[in-house]
Amino acid sequence: MAALINVPAKARRGDIIEIRTLTSHIMETGFRHTADGKLVPRDIITSLTCRYNGTEIFRADLFPAIAANPYLSFFTIAKESGKFEFEWIGDNGYSSTASASIIIE
Amino acid sequence: MPTTRRHFLSLAGGVTVAGTLPIVTLRPLRATPAMLTAAIRNVVGEASIRSGKVKLDIPPLVENGNTVPMTVSVASPMTADDYVKSIHVFNEKNPQPNIGNFYLTSSSGRAQVSTRIRLADTQKVVAIARLSDDTFWQVAADIVVTLAACTEEMN
Repeated sequence: MAALINVPAKARRGDIIEIRTLTSHIMETGFRHTADGKLVPRDIITSLTCRYNGTEIFRADLFPAIAANPYLSFFTIAKESGKFEFEWIGDNGYSSTASASIIIE
Repeated sequence: MPTTRRHFLSLAGGVTVAGTLPIVTLRPLRATPAMLTAAIRNVVGEASIRSGKVKLDIPPLVENGNTVPMTVSVASPMTADDYVKSIHVFNEKNPQPNIGNFYLTSSSGRAQVSTRIRLADTQKVVAIARLSDDTFWQVAADIVVTLAACTEEMN
């Protein structure tokens, strides 16, 4: 599944930077029925973890109330050049990763 | 004996007394305020929750409950010894009371999280922040939803 990550390519040390993520996922709530009355099974992403050079800096538990194609934005302090790694975990063994690099000046 | 409305009602009444009238109840498929309270207690435990510090940016009137932008921010210096540990968002009337739990760190810089949520009905949304000293702060917002999400039929 595709993910869009928005991390500034460059930042000054100590800057507060915004990280925005968007993943494509149906986020089926498990509360909907088909026209013939069958329950549509739940299929959602249950967590997003973001690590900055290996250290966890943000984690989210997601529930069916999160809209389809989950969008999340959060902040962190730019400390050193390196890599942000993102990992989404979900129902039915769903797993997806992405990463983005940053250069600290 | 002709089946009249009166006859039917007396019959139904009699059966009700006997306790055997098959009452067709629709199982409430939504979080009730009691479920909301339980979900909040699940996170905060016995701690008291104070009002303030937390800001919930969400439109007061949404036309489509399927994607409602929401930003939660907390007034906090975000220093090593005074920061926001986590932000928890709940709703009152979706099928399930939880919306999301967001875990921050002392180096988050700014205690702010944005996402897009679903709202199944006109209802209250509650955001609770847990600070590094383990105090809890909350804010609530009322949102009017024109087109509900979550429980619509699948095509």
